[in-house]
Amino acid sequence: MSRETSKTFAAIATAMSPGSIGIVRISGPESFDVIQRIFRPANAARFSKMETHTVHYGHILSETGAVIDEVMVLLMRGPKSFTAEDTVEIDTHGGILVTRQVLERVLSAGARVAEPGEFTKQAFLNGRVDLSEAEAVMDLINSKNAFAASAALSQLQGSVRNEIKSMRDVLLDAVAFIEAALDDPEHISLDGYSDELREKLEPMEKKIRKMIEDYQDGAVLKEGVKTVLLGKPNAGKSSLLNALLGQDRAIVTDIAGTTRDTLSEQVYIGGIGFEFTDTAGIRETQDVVETIGVERSISQAEGADLLLFVADASLPLDDNDRRILEILRQKKSLVLYNKTDLAPQLTIDELSKYCAADTILPVSAKTGEGMDAIKERLVAMFRAGELLYNDEVLITNARHKEALEMALGSLRQALEGIYGEVSEDFLTIDLLDAYEALGRITGETLDEDVADRIFEKFCMGK
Amino acid sequence: MAVVEEYYDVVVVGAGHAGCEAALAAARLGLSTIVFTVSIDSIALMPCNPNVGGSSKGHIVREVDALGGEMGKNIDKTFIQSKMLNESKGPAVHSLRAQADKKMYSQAMRETMEHTENLTIRQAEAADLIVENGRLTGIRTVSGAIYHCKAAVLCTGTYLKARCIYGDVSNPTGPNGLQAANHLTASLIEHGITVRRFKTGTPARVDGRTIDYSKMAEQFGDKVVVPFSFSTDPASVQKEQVSCWLTYTNEETHKIIRDNIDRSPLFTGVIEGTGPRYCPSIEDKVVKFPDKERHQVFIEPEGLYTTEMYLGGMSSSLPEDVQYAMYRTVPGLENVKIVRNAYAIEYDCIDPHQLKHSLEFKEISGLFSAGQINGSSGYEEAAGQGIIAGMNAALFCLGKEPVVLDRSQAYIGVLIDDLVTKETTEPYRMMTSRAEYRLVLRQDNADLRLRAIGHDAGLVSDEDYNKMLAKKECIDREVNRLKTTILGGNETVNAFMVKHGSTALNNGTSLSELMKRPELDYEKLAEIDPERPELPADIVEQVCIQIKYEGYIAKQEKQIENFKKLENKKLSPNFDYSTIKGLRKEAIQKLNKIKPASIGQAGRISGVSPADIAVLLVALKS
Repeated sequence: MSRETSKTFAAIATAMSPGSIGIVRISGPESFDVIQRIFRPANAARFSKMETHTVHYGHILSETGAVIDEVMVLLMRGPKSFTAEDTVEIDTHGGILVTRQVLERVLSAGARVAEPGEFTKQAFLNGRVDLSEAEAVMDLINSKNAFAASAALSQLQGSVRNEIKSMRDVLLDAVAFIEAALDDPEHISLDGYSDELREKLEPMEKKIRKMIEDYQDGAVLKEGVKTVLLGKPNAGKSSLLNALLGQDRAIVTDIAGTTRDTLSEQVYIGGIGFEFTDTAGIRETQDVVETIGVERSISQAEGADLLLFVADASLPLDDNDRRILEILRQKKSLVLYNKTDLAPQLTIDELSKYCAADTILPVSAKTGEGMDAIKERLVAMFRAGELLYNDEVLITNARHKEALEMALGSLRQALEGIYGEVSEDFLTIDLLDAYEALGRITGETLDEDVADRIFEKFCMGK
Repeated sequence: MAVVEEYYDVVVVGAGHAGCEAALAAARLGLSTIVFTVSIDSIALMPCNPNVGGSSKGHIVREVDALGGEMGKNIDKTFIQSKMLNESKGPAVHSLRAQADKKMYSQAMRETMEHTENLTIRQAEAADLIVENGRLTGIRTVSGAIYHCKAAVLCTGTYLKARCIYGDVSNPTGPNGLQAANHLTASLIEHGITVRRFKTGTPARVDGRTIDYSKMAEQFGDKVVVPFSFSTDPASVQKEQVSCWLTYTNEETHKIIRDNIDRSPLFTGVIEGTGPRYCPSIEDKVVKFPDKERHQVFIEPEGLYTTEMYLGGMSSSLPEDVQYAMYRTVPGLENVKIVRNAYAIEYDCIDPHQLKHSLEFKEISGLFSAGQINGSSGYEEAAGQGIIAGMNAALFCLGKEPVVLDRSQAYIGVLIDDLVTKETTEPYRMMTSRAEYRLVLRQDNADLRLRAIGHDAGLVSDEDYNKMLAKKECIDREVNRLKTTILGGNETVNAFMVKHGSTALNNGTSLSELMKRPELDYEKLAEIDPERPELPADIVEQVCIQIKYEGYIAKQEKQIENFKKLENKKLSPNFDYSTIKGLRKEAIQKLNKIKPASIGQAGRISGVSPADIAVLLVALKS
């Protein structure tokens, strides 16, 4: 059975943060075969003969036989498992790299990567999740749909998204041109068009190959709670961010290419990953039209899991502040009442007309006062389950990679067609396939999976 | 006052290309049928181009034929030149086009109708729909006569409140000066049907005796004519053909048009209707392609009975004097005399979003419509809708499920789906590019695709159906033989390979694999294929296409599979989309207006985004 159509799927079931245990879960009829292929148990038994709900100690081996990790493997025979199908859980030593390597080994041994939420979906389909739970799920989906539908899009960095979009534009233009020529040969000639098209497709093929490599390196999507800092240019966002990063600076990762559109940094607070985005563009546009900056902040706020509004205690509220406060109401948010060291022009009482009083935290980036309180609050919110944690990164990465690989395959076939001098009307078939495959990444391709994509945001890898 | 009252199963309003197919389909399915026409002499009239078929339209003609319709048979009887277009391109875009003798075409269709059982032809103008409790029960004519019926098909073409215009001359007539139908529109509106106004146009007809053909390129028909109809014996259509002629406009022509463009009724505001972008007038082309130095002009005979010639590519609504001036700049037309002026025609048509895929009105059961009234353009598009509407009117009377073709089954399916789903703000013309799955919707396999559907409905005879089955079996057998006949790299075979510049064989290779090599083909391989049976040309054609393009066909079929998944997720016509949380306002509006039959259709509505579809899919699951 090919990987694409395999009924056995796998994913990382635990949050991807350093330190914790990493669990890779496999579910489906071939689960036991897959683990058999990659696991060297301390005692050499066959899994298919093993009793259900047993734990086994051993090593996961790479294709060349090298040890990837020392693990515990848990066997659950269907229907007595979460998904009601044969299920295997591999407890690794944790850490992003090792867990990912184990997953990749599982994938190379015959499982395919799980769709986000597929474990839950499978459980639901097999009747393991009851109706009330299912309804709750549906409500959640309904209330979140606007966001969920754009989820695939919002996770992408602007640069990658734009690149995919522009590739799709080129493909669609090509299809449109060929079709127009078929319908109006008098006015639109295909003479020499194959060469022109080849010159467009060859660099695109290269670009997609490069993107696949990037996905392999995990450089495209970042994990963590998507947190956006909002506020006036001089409210002290940057210094607050620096203060927050402070002692954690050492583990801040700065991933290449992310700073082109916005300033975005990753930091771990209490072991939880946060991806901070400073709405840096405001500064430049401040003198020209501050509203442009505000619009930009608003659009960034849309994709965020958490908003931090930095209110400047030394200035009264203006219309832009009130607009931002309006947005805060629709999201998980905190108001950081900054510059408490200066004479206040804005009181906490005034602020609490616009937001819940308990979401206002007085801080001073200058003196460092209140910084610990912010951190404690963030950790508490996460523990209480109030924050969405973007831990499907790897899974989304893998899905995107799969889509890119499909696009690459179709592009190559289109190029082969050009080299083989087939009539242009055949090329449109491959070009459209590539176009559709890329659309799966940006969420613009209409297909049955679009519903599945909704599961992405509500129960990832679970 | 005493009025005439008669009873029929099906009333068809109009006897153009849609009306004829609709009336014949209903009558052939055993329903007593009456067809009205404003002029008994204008049955199956071709008021514009004197040909049938052409790019993608030829596909529709063959589909109509495969379903048991008449257009293909009628043109086979009356063509005076025939040509397979685009033969240098892939098989998906090959298309048959035949020049017709207009008078013979019309007469032959009338004769067929007059000899069809259950079919009555009546010269009369329909004035009112009679609707009781949301159900059509009859049609009243201008004279007050009442025709009670179970179902009716409106095929009014371009006749509703028609107006013909050139320059500042505006005549309240239908095409060719025929009487317009001025009464029905009010009744449509009264019954809640949204009416729109479209326009189209036609070039001048000129006297062939005033043309200098020596300055033009002669266009011949094919040496071996392929008939349109799968039922026509190919031997019967090999006959002497007439020629068409090709000439071009030039800068002088364009200058005259540009200098007088302010006198075009489109610019003066006399014409309100929206014209077809894809069948543009010469003034549209000059404006749209300012860099083009010339445009093609095809001189086509109107028939064997006349010297009148049609100036294909130069339709216009410019004033008479400008028409003379511009036509006379074209090489060969310097001394041309116009017989009939070019004109634009404006007419009422309906918003097809009010129709189901069966072409029945959603709000008036038993009422169907087909052809230009639905906002399409072209004889073939009309015929394609006509046969579906007529068949479905009959099936409605019989209490049976309607025939609905989807986008992966036929160009007719694409046509109807586009009309009932998409925003069409101008007359809809079929084009190859509209069919996503054109590689499987070829004109050569229309019988394999649709005969069974026509047979099930009762329009295709057992004989024709069995002929298709036999053909299919023969194709399959030969394809299978070619796939399983393995040649080894022996001396004879490799000598053959060398001769044709192909790579020698090292190990066993099937004949079908060899056929895929660009330098080899079925014909050449005969030399090393001694077991080959003697097969008719249409079978060989199918075998070659199926093998040569196997990979592409497989990819297209995969695309169709994905398409079907969404198409099979049905939506109720009574669903209120405002009850779904999370749909955007525009999407709710559009969905509630169109009430799509499936998720797939919903996704094709402009203004409904993939995100909206995601919401719908989730709502469907819960």
